[in-house]
Amino acid sequence: MPAARRRPSASEQLTGWAFVTPGAAIIILFGAVPIVWSAVMSLQRNNLLTGKTPYVGLRNYRALVHDPVVAQAVQHTLVYTALFVPGTMVIGLFLAVAMNRKIRFISLYRTAAYATMAISAISEAVVFIWLFDPSYGIVNYFLSLLGIPPQQFLNSPSQALYVIVAMTVWGWTGFAVVIYLAALQGVPQELLDAAAVDGAGRWTAFRRVTLPLLSPASLFLAVWLTINALQLFDEVYLSTQGGPLNATTVLVYYLYEQAFQNFNFGYASAIAYFLFLIILVVTAIQFRVGRRFTYYRS
Amino acid sequence: MAASSGVIERRRFRLPFSPWHLVLIPATIVLIFPFVWLIVTSVETPAEALHFPPVLIPRELHFANYPNALAAAPFGRFFLNSAVVAVTTVLCNLVFCSLAGYAFARLRFLGRGALFAVIMATLMVPFQVTMIPQFIITKWLGVHVLAQVGINHLGALILPNAATAFGIFFLRQFFRTLPVEYEESARVDGASRLKVLWRIVLPLSMPALATLAALTFLDSWNNFLWPLIAITSTNQMTLPLGLATFQGAHATEWTLLMAANVMSLVPMLVIFFAAQRYFIRSVAATGLAGT
Repeated sequence: MPAARRRPSASEQLTGWAFVTPGAAIIILFGAVPIVWSAVMSLQRNNLLTGKTPYVGLRNYRALVHDPVVAQAVQHTLVYTALFVPGTMVIGLFLAVAMNRKIRFISLYRTAAYATMAISAISEAVVFIWLFDPSYGIVNYFLSLLGIPPQQFLNSPSQALYVIVAMTVWGWTGFAVVIYLAALQGVPQELLDAAAVDGAGRWTAFRRVTLPLLSPASLFLAVWLTINALQLFDEVYLSTQGGPLNATTVLVYYLYEQAFQNFNFGYASAIAYFLFLIILVVTAIQFRVGRRFTYYRS
Repeated sequence: MAASSGVIERRRFRLPFSPWHLVLIPATIVLIFPFVWLIVTSVETPAEALHFPPVLIPRELHFANYPNALAAAPFGRFFLNSAVVAVTTVLCNLVFCSLAGYAFARLRFLGRGALFAVIMATLMVPFQVTMIPQFIITKWLGVHVLAQVGINHLGALILPNAATAFGIFFLRQFFRTLPVEYEESARVDGASRLKVLWRIVLPLSMPALATLAALTFLDSWNNFLWPLIAITSTNQMTLPLGLATFQGAHATEWTLLMAANVMSLVPMLVIFFAAQRYFIRSVAATGLAGT
C-alpha cells in the first residue's frame, strides 16, 4: 500500500492532533512558553516585590558582566566542572574495566558501584558533611592516623569546593560505570585476541583497541556530565549554601538566590540565559574536539 | 570477555585468585563506606556520635533514633507525597508520551513537523531558564484554574512533568523501529488507531516503556530544585525537601539526621535492587542512544 503518497484523511489529521494534544500542551505551557517568557523577563527590571516591570534593554546583562559575584560564580562553576568531569570519567572507566570480567563476587562489586545511583542529593550531602565534619568527622580521624592535622573542609573557603567535587564524583560513579560497562560489552574479544597475536601487550591493546572503541561512550559521558556540572545546585544548597565567604557560590546557586530570595526575576533570567550560553559554548567545543577523537563503527 | 580467556597464555605463575580482586575490594570499600558510616551513625547514641576519635563500633545498637526521628518530622507523609508524585508522574508520562510518540511516528497531520521541532527545542534548554516562568504559571494556575495544581500542592510537582520532550522523542524513535505490517493489517480489520496503539504497538514496546518508567521515576523521586521552589508547607513536602528542612532544623543532631536518611534511602535501595536490571539497562540505553 503506497501509504506515504496518500493525502492524510481528515480523520487521520484529527486523530493525530488528539493524540499529541495532551503531551504537547504540557510541554508548550511549561517548556516552550517559559523559554520565550524568561528571555523577555531578562530585558525587564522585574522585581516581584515592586510589581512594575519596565523594560530596561540589556541593562541586566550589562550588570551581570560587572557583578563580581557572577565572576566568582563562573570561576567556581568552571573549576568544579574541570575537576568533576574528568574525575568521574577516569574513576568510572577504571572501575568498569576492572569489573568487566567474570570473576567471583563480580556482581557484588558491580552492585556496590550501582548503589551510588540510588542515593539522593540530600543523603549524599548529609553523609559527606558528616564524613568531613571538622570536629567529629571520620576523615579527619583517618588523616590523624597519617599524622596530618585536622582540616576545616566545608568550613574552609579554600577546601569547600573540593569536598563538593568529592561528594558528587562519588554520587556519579555508578552512572559512569554503567555507561562504560555497557560500552565495554560491545568491544569484540576477537579484536583484542588479534592484537595479542600481533604482539601487543595488554596496555597497548587497551590503548589502541579498547579506548578508541569506547570513545563514543566517553564523548557522551563528557557532554552529559558537563551539562550536569554546569547546573550544579542541590549539593551546594544542601551543604554550604554558597559559603563560606562565597567560596562555593556556583552560577545556579547565585541564580536561585537572585530569583527566589531577592525576587529579582529580571536579573535572574539574565543569569539563566548567560548559563545557557555557557552550556551551549562548552558542549559545542566538546563535540568539535570530541569528533576528532571519536571513532564510530558504522 | 574476561582477560584471562585470551588465546595466548602469557604467565606461568598464577595467583590462586584473580589479581583484580586486589583492586576491586578496596574500591568497593571506598564506594560503600559512606553508606556504612551513615548506618553506623544512625544507631549510635548522640554522645558516641559527638566523640573524637569517632566510635567505629557502637557499644550497643541505639535504635531509639528511628522513632525519635519519626516523632520529630512527618517522614511517613513525606514518603507518601514522594510516592504519589513519582507514581502519578510515571503513569502520566507513559500515557501522554505513548500517544504523542505514536502520532509523531505514524500519523500525518498538519503542523506535525513544526510541533515536533518546538518540542525538541525544549530539550536543549536547561531547567534554570524555564523555572521562573514555570513558577509564575504554576502559581497563576493554582489561583485561577485549579488549586490542586498550584503552588504548595502536589499537583504543582506532577503537572509540569506529566509529559516530557525526552519521553516523546524516545518512544517515537522506538515506535519507528517496529514493523508497520501488524498495524496495517489490524487497520484493515477495522481497528481504531487507539486500539492499534493499545493492542499491538504498546505490547511490542515493553522494554522501551520500562526504560522510560524507570528513568522518570528516578528523576521524580530525586528532584529537588523544583519542589524547593514550589512547596513551602510541610505537609506537601516530598522526601528530599522534607529531609533538607529537617537538616536545617536539626543540624547538630547527627544521629536523628542519619536515622531519617537511612529510612529515606532503604525503600529507594530496595526498589533499585529489585528493578536493578531495568535501571541499569535504562541508563545504559540513554548512554548508547547518545553515542
